[in-house]
Formats: sequence, structure tokens, C-alpha cells
Amino acid sequence: MAIFGLWVINKAGGLVYQRSFADGLAHLTSNEYLVLAGTLHGIHAITSRLSPTGTSSGAHVIEAETFKMTIFLTATGTKFVLLTSLSDQTADSVLQKIYEAYADAVMKNPFQTPEMPIRSEGFDARISTLIGSGVST
Amino acid sequence: MAYTQPHSRFSVVSNSSADHVSTSSGPTSTRFSLPTPSINTTATSQQKSATRTTIYDRPLNKTRTSEVSASAFAFLFSEMIQYTQKRVSGIEDLERRLSTLGYRIGTRYLELMTWRNESVSKTPKREIRFLAALMMIHTQLWRAVFGKPADAIEKSVENDDEYMLIDNDPSITRHISIPRDMSSLSCSALTAGIVEAVLDGLGFPARVTAHSVPTDAYPSRTTILVKFQKEVLEREDALK
Repeated sequence: MAIFGLWVINKAGGLVYQRSFADGLAHLTSNEYLVLAGTLHGIHAITSRLSPTGTSSGAHVIEAETFKMTIFLTATGTKFVLLTSLSDQTADSVLQKIYEAYADAVMKNPFQTPEMPIRSEGFDARISTLIGSGVST
Repeated sequence: MAYTQPHSRFSVVSNSSADHVSTSSGPTSTRFSLPTPSINTTATSQQKSATRTTIYDRPLNKTRTSEVSASAFAFLFSEMIQYTQKRVSGIEDLERRLSTLGYRIGTRYLELMTWRNESVSKTPKREIRFLAALMMIHTQLWRAVFGKPADAIEKSVENDDEYMLIDNDPSITRHISIPRDMSSLSCSALTAGIVEAVLDGLGFPARVTAHSVPTDAYPSRTTILVKFQKEVLEREDALK
């Protein structure tokens, strides 16, 4: 029952925020994170077309052997990706709270350019209180 | 600070004189670059504006306790800061411009507060001692603008003419994270402008600035530093 990491991907597919919490994921360089985020963005777009029952949003949960990835797509195309352990059930509610923190600390910050990497102490502090401290890039 | 009122406001108040309407239609059209209206359209628009109530017609006392959405204000304030940031050359200039914007709010707020005080109490008092004026700002102004009184009021030990109003968590800057290269900026310069306007209006000219003094318990603690001009202290001594 652990949260391993959080990624925030803008609507163009670029990674704007990445943060790791508990140990459990392999350590990657920031370039690798960027590449993975772009790949995930593409996969998300493709899965929205694969649905056999008509219109659908992209993949919501991707489960692997040791972790699962919950993707929350906002109305503006921003994706919040939470990497958790398999037994974690709280991912959706945590993502909602992260979205609230994003709307407050990032969108209302005049020094934050939209769609650009997030460098906001307010956002970092709120994520820390929400999930726990970790290492961010 | 001269501020030309739009003439359409006068036409709502005095709907009797026809020539007043025709004279006001000229400046209104040039100000908002509407096509020159004929006399017919001004008459009909005059009737429409007389029957339709605008925000200016609301009684001032009824809106005393009404609140504005903090999120809406946060977006507006964020845009104000971005707008100002594009047009300034440095941090002091940015703070000065925010202070000017706050000054305009403060002058109007002082009028509103005095007007409302008159209807509430039988003998409304006008403050003539600067400490009483500061106390009024500390409680009444803060409560009216931010919904709670300021957290502390202090006198500087080094200078006689400096006083400080302290707010542990200013609500207007709650969502703002200052980048590290601008760490001396305090967006509460808007609040400083409001305080400066109220003091000016009451007859205590001062220079008011905002400084961020974070502590462990309150990382966004802000001090509004009020430095009174010489004549205020001289007058105070004469009154003693």
C-alpha cells in the first residue's frame, strides 16, 4: 500500500512534474522520465481509439506485476499519473486531491507559465502533505 | 489620481433632462468607440438603462457582509501580477505598481467604510491620532477586506515613526509561489497600497511597504511596514 511516484503530463505530452516517494521504482535519469512520459501520452491516445464500444477516454489503469499506474485525464488534456503498489485502492481519490492542489498552487500562481515545467514551492508543499516527502526533479 | 467616470452612470441617475442625455451621448461614444448614436437610440437605451438595475443601484449596506470567491480573486490577482510584470524593469517597480493598484482600492474603500460606519453607530468617530487610525486599520479594514483582523501591530524599536502590521497568512498571496530569483518580492504590495490610501485619506501621510518575514510556523508571514512622515509625528506631539 504505497505510492511510488507522481507524474504530471501536459496536453502536448511533455512531462511538467515528476516526483518519487517510496523506494520501489528503478531510478531513472530525467531524460528517461521525459521519454517515458511522451510514450505514455502516445499510448493513452491510442487506447482511446481501441475501444470496441465506441467513444472512450484513454487507458485509466495499467497494471504490471509489481506496480500499477492510474491515469487521470482532466478536461483540458493534462494527465496526472500516479504509480502505486498493486494493493493500493486510494489512487483515484488521491489523484482528485492532487488535481485540487494543482488548480490552487499551479494555476493561480502568476509566476507559472501554463504547460511549462512546474517549479512551485506551494505545489511541492501541498503534495508533501498529501502523500509524503520524496525527491522531485 | 484623476479617474473619469463613464457618463452613462449620470444618465441613469438623472433621467429627467433630455439635453443631459444628448450631451452625455457624445463622450460615451468616443470613450467606448461605439458608432455615433442617433437621438432615437439614446432615448431607447436611456429607458432600458433606467429600468434595468445595475450593480451600482444595489444599496451599499446590503452588500456589507457579502463575500467574493477567493478563487475568482486569485485568478484576477494572478493576471494583474502577470500584466504588471510584462511592463516593469525590476522588483521595486513591480511592487510600486502593485502598490498603486492597491492605492486605488484603498481610497474607495475608505469612503465606503466611513459611509457604512455612519449608518451603523450613532456617533461615528473620526480618528485624529495616528495610533487610533492604525488600530482601526488593524481591525476594521482588515476585517472588511479579508474577513479577519490582522494578527499583530508592532512599533519599531529603532525608529519612532515606523509601525508594523503583521498578517500570518495573507489570503491574497496564498497560492503564489515566488521564484527563487525574486525572493525579495512581496505581492502583498497590493495590501500595502490599500493601507497607504486609507492613511492618506485620514490625513496621516506615510510610506507603506510590504515585506515577507517567514517563520517556521507561518511560512507566508507578511509585515506591512508603515513609515509616517515627519509632519504626522510633529502634529501628534502638538496634540499631546
